[in-house]
Amino acid sequence: MKSELILDVQGLTTVFRMEDGSEIKAVDDVSFNVKSGETVAIVGESGSGKSVTAMSIMRLIPNPPGQIVSGKIHFEGNDLLSMSEEEARAIRGNKISMIFQEPMTSLNPSMTVGRQISEPAEVHSMITSQKASQMSQSLLDAVRIPDSADRVSSYPHEFSGGMRQRVMIAMGMSCNPKLIIADEPTTALDVTVQAQVLHLLKDITYKTNASLILITHDLGVVARYADRVHVMYAGKIVESGKSRDIFNSPQHPYTLALMNSIPRLSNQKKEKLKPIRGNPPDLSKLPVGCSFNPRCDFAIKQCFHEKPTLTTNNRYQSKACWATINDK
Amino acid sequence: MGGQFLQIVSNNSLSLFLWRLCRDKPLGAVGALVCIIFIFSGLFADWIAPFDYNEMNPQDRLQSPSFAYFFGTDQIGRDVFSRIVYGARTSMVIGFAVALLSILISIFLGVLSGYFGGKLDMVLQRLVDAWMSFPDLVVVIVAVSVLGPGKIQIILILSLLYGIAGSRIIRGAVMGVRENDYVKAADSIGVTTTMIMIRHIIPNILAPVSVLFTTRLAATILVEAALSFLGLGVPPPEPSWGSMLSFEGRSYMFQAPWLAIIPGIVITIVVYNINMFGDAIRDLLDPRMRGSGRRQLISQ
Repeated sequence: MKSELILDVQGLTTVFRMEDGSEIKAVDDVSFNVKSGETVAIVGESGSGKSVTAMSIMRLIPNPPGQIVSGKIHFEGNDLLSMSEEEARAIRGNKISMIFQEPMTSLNPSMTVGRQISEPAEVHSMITSQKASQMSQSLLDAVRIPDSADRVSSYPHEFSGGMRQRVMIAMGMSCNPKLIIADEPTTALDVTVQAQVLHLLKDITYKTNASLILITHDLGVVARYADRVHVMYAGKIVESGKSRDIFNSPQHPYTLALMNSIPRLSNQKKEKLKPIRGNPPDLSKLPVGCSFNPRCDFAIKQCFHEKPTLTTNNRYQSKACWATINDK
Repeated sequence: MGGQFLQIVSNNSLSLFLWRLCRDKPLGAVGALVCIIFIFSGLFADWIAPFDYNEMNPQDRLQSPSFAYFFGTDQIGRDVFSRIVYGARTSMVIGFAVALLSILISIFLGVLSGYFGGKLDMVLQRLVDAWMSFPDLVVVIVAVSVLGPGKIQIILILSLLYGIAGSRIIRGAVMGVRENDYVKAADSIGVTTTMIMIRHIIPNILAPVSVLFTTRLAATILVEAALSFLGLGVPPPEPSWGSMLSFEGRSYMFQAPWLAIIPGIVITIVVYNINMFGDAIRDLLDPRMRGSGRRQLISQ
């Protein structure tokens, strides 16, 4: 695998202005990169800023109230944030495409599936409308929807949830993008269908050597499909590294807590699950110091008055934490 | 809802739609039939009417209905049936023109306001509020007395009046559709704003649009009749149901009651049935309104 850099995000900060004039930092100084052909997962609970990060890369943050206040997003060497709307539009859907989480509302009920799949290619005038339906058909084949010749002229309500999500993937693939951002692609699906859809996504990106940013809260998904992982908490990346390393030895207390809160089949001793105590953080009232300190089992004095920064430790793993995890 | 609508049309299951209309909404089916007769007589008035609308047979003045004159004759011997048929044309032209034009205005304003929201929405909607605070008939009467009576004037004034008021309904529908992920998805693949509106917003608000269309049609026919009754509508000798009711009908109410009764009944039947038909369309297009004849609200 070539390790050419496709996407490089540096110090991205996205804020939302509230009606009372205060600002909420939904994404706070986030940096990461994606190499070509690689699958990078962004993990975090609701409100951790993972979707806002994705929307920032797509330049789809509604302004007002949202605004990207600082940072650089380089895609294939060009800064997405300094581009004009026209230039950004030429890249959106063409070289970067996004797959949304709600397959039930992500397809236009009044357009045939075939036309929706070929829409990105038509918008970027890569094909004529005669070839569009052919292309849609072969994309439906690629996402393994049977009977594609008939299915191109079906409407979304004739499809099941899993099939719609595959249609979304087909739509995302129609321009042969370099980067696909999948925002919780399987959250709304059955567990059995989830595996199929993820497998398909991985397979397709592998064949076309596209990179994939997988946004999810499901660590099982990450373990299986991602090469590298970034764990987000309260708008910051708290830990990142190769997914294998992170699963073998989580360095940040939050990551460890997430792992401990997953039920395991191998757990013979009937231990109780360990939920993370406390509530997800309120971004408008973050504690002083480390944002995770009220819920942390390992917090030391320093955690309550100084913000930790992301530092690389021995291996290729980095964490933003003062404490050391001493395994029980 | 909109998807349902296109579905019905594009899968060529028009027959299915008609069958469901007859089975679930017999009143609506009758309404559809009356609408068809109304449109038909408007379009083919020249062939249907046995006489010209202005052809006078003075020796046959004030005849009661007979085989020669289905609906009798008026005080100067004009055939009332022929005038009703030609009057349908007047009502139809004005009705459809106003319904169409006002819907276009509503869609334009409503989509702008609902899609962009924010300050534009605020400004537009306050203007709409101001506009709607004038009583309809007063606006129309003032405008007609300034511009003078005539078809074109009536069409323009009523279109503006209904178009602006209806934009509120379209705006609401657009705000609902806009929140769907497929609009965001279209934005994310680089579709231009204009194309998003044309492809993704407007087709999905066709259900409220179709209902708005039929109610506007019925209301326009009523208002046109009212204006003609007041002498502010279509100038004579061109026949209009409202003016027939007023000039001939009122003056000869006791000698020839059919002169008043027949246009009155025709207006009532046509307006009632257009409303019934529109109601049936709405019910058939809205999946939540389906069910055993009764309007059941089934939460998805």
